[in-house]
Amino acid sequence: MSMATPKQDMVTMALFTAAVLSAPLWLSPIGANYPDLLQKFAIYGIFAIGFNILFGLTGYLSFGHAAFLGVGSYTAVWSFKLLSMNVIPAVIFGTLLAGLFALAIGYLSLRRSGIYFSILTLAFAQMCYNLAYSVLTPITNGETGLQLDIGDPHVLDSLFGIEYTGLPSTSLFGLQMTGYSGFYFCAVILILAFFLSLRIFRSAFGMKLRAIKSNQTRMMYTGFNTRPYLLTAFVISGMYAGLAGSLLAVTDPLAGAERMQWTASGEVVLMTILGGAGTLIGPLLGVGLIKYFENIFSALNEQTLHEVFAFLPDWIENLTVAIVNPFVGEGWHLMLGVLFMVIVIFLPGGVMEGIRRIADLPRKFRRKAEKRRQEAEHAAALRAAEEEG
Amino acid sequence: MSDYILDIDKVDKTFGGLHALADINLKVEKGTVHAIIGPNGAGKSTLLNVCIGKLAPNSGTVNFDGQILTGMHPYQINKAGVVRVFQTPEIFPDLTILQNVMVPAFAKRDGTFTFNFWKSMSAERKIRQEAEHVLEDVGLAEQMHNHSGSMSRGDKRRLEIAMALVQHPKLLLLDEPTAGMSRHDTNRTIDLLKKIKERGMTKVIIEHDMHVVFSLADRISVLAQGRIIAEGTPDEIRGNPKVQEAYLGGAEL
Ligand SMILES: Nc1ncnc2c1ncn2[C@@H]1O[C@H](COP(=O)(O)OP(=O)(O)OP(=O)(O)O)[C@@H](O)[C@H]1O
Ligand SMILES: [Mg+2]
Repeated sequence: MSMATPKQDMVTMALFTAAVLSAPLWLSPIGANYPDLLQKFAIYGIFAIGFNILFGLTGYLSFGHAAFLGVGSYTAVWSFKLLSMNVIPAVIFGTLLAGLFALAIGYLSLRRSGIYFSILTLAFAQMCYNLAYSVLTPITNGETGLQLDIGDPHVLDSLFGIEYTGLPSTSLFGLQMTGYSGFYFCAVILILAFFLSLRIFRSAFGMKLRAIKSNQTRMMYTGFNTRPYLLTAFVISGMYAGLAGSLLAVTDPLAGAERMQWTASGEVVLMTILGGAGTLIGPLLGVGLIKYFENIFSALNEQTLHEVFAFLPDWIENLTVAIVNPFVGEGWHLMLGVLFMVIVIFLPGGVMEGIRRIADLPRKFRRKAEKRRQEAEHAAALRAAEEEG
Repeated sequence: MSDYILDIDKVDKTFGGLHALADINLKVEKGTVHAIIGPNGAGKSTLLNVCIGKLAPNSGTVNFDGQILTGMHPYQINKAGVVRVFQTPEIFPDLTILQNVMVPAFAKRDGTFTFNFWKSMSAERKIRQEAEHVLEDVGLAEQMHNHSGSMSRGDKRRLEIAMALVQHPKLLLLDEPTAGMSRHDTNRTIDLLKKIKERGMTKVIIEHDMHVVFSLADRISVLAQGRIIAEGTPDEIRGNPKVQEAYLGGAEL
């Protein structure tokens, strides 16, 4: 596990940037190059990168990160309504407020570790979810969700003499955040978010977080107060979630409480583990896989399945459709659950571990071949000695 | 102002009905090596646990260099200059050997908390050099990029000694530092510990190996069933019949 050199990291960064910016090109053969889906990749990518800073580095598994996603979304929509349709303040406030929430929830939850920590975060997130539906409806607009209204003040915009007729759309200093410009805004933020996470992974701070994951009590006898380290990681990852939440509002200025539900928290856990927790790229792979297949499979239904399997003889077609049907459309989550179990049981390091194993195969073969050759030589030498003797 | 850097004063510790430490008084002079010997279950490790804040005593205090350690957090005790090498190796098994030593070096430099998230580890040259230097001292420099989790017990212990030394403690507590080591590595460790004795670091060492004890210790305390039954110079202890009977079973010293 020796560290990559700064040069290697620069190459990683360059490749990553190129890959993200050219995503509309190389994703077109698999039909994933439309802005809606691309935005989702980028936004959930940010969410998972942040989650990985907590879970991947410290091993503390939060089941409540959707709360910060929701806080980011609500804050961003309020920023659009009250201040400006410009996305910059929305993103900044969304990230900061989520950070404050993370500070409070993290401070309390980090008094425990292991499963108790996970349960505490889950409890706090469900509390936020329920509050959003009940007491806080003046702020969250309850079940309808918070959205833009014709009469919104947009104080900053008015100050600069911008008036709207009808429902305005979000913009970056006049550039509307719809279609590809929306994706590219998210993409640039994703690149920055990835860069920051790379710095954290390579820093002394990141090393200390890994050491906490490896042996927390030892850290205390080594002279570290581990609590503030964990809290800092928690707040950073909460801010990443808030950033992702506000970007969701940037691309679609509507915030609902379902964004804070435990299923949303579970999804980011799943994406991170599926891709490979603790690795830089893994969580992004997890996001890509899940969001892409969600897109395909949740759109299928019985009728489309019949079309897909039409080439089979009738009775096999009917049987196949009957088997596959529960896993598509609404049943996509069932499929996700099965996939998750398979990964955790057979490939606990996620896709990244799979890649590493495949990359190691040639070396393994070579080592085996070398061993066989040595054995053959040894046997030959023995035989020769026998013949002489 | 006494010359005693460590002053354990009337420490008592019970586990349920078991009196693990009974009225322990122990003073260690600055710059000396003080050995604690005694049979299994005598309470030796428990005494160190009390010193580093892992366990709170029922009564009594541990004074160190003008401070009262009792009641302080383990990380504060570390900051006061007391560092321990554990009986069962406590390392960071998921990190490399080098990283295992860099982490305590960071602790020494960064205090209890520093948010140094921007600077790359590869730019931390000074810390790295310190760590490499100490790894050379304990003889682990060649394999420093290896994973630490899969090392032998003896190697883990040497690594732990390196992790302690890189912090330049005022007081080093060693709990059976040579257990699980080969004769060769044991002698190496003795040499190493002698070398740091010359640098003036105070050490308390728990050891079963009498060869190690008598080649290092300035003073020896004998602990049996939670009580100190004898204390003195190595020669005094060697000749003490009570010790022979209680602990050494009349074995040749
Ligand atoms: N945390 C604990 N809880 C309960 N009993 C304990 C605890 N720690 C130690 N003991 C008991 O206290 C006694 C002293 O243990 P300790 O580990 O200090 O012995 P020791 O002198 O270090 O022995 P050894 O040479 O085997 O390491 C033992 O009987 C042990 O079982
Ligand atoms: Mg012991």
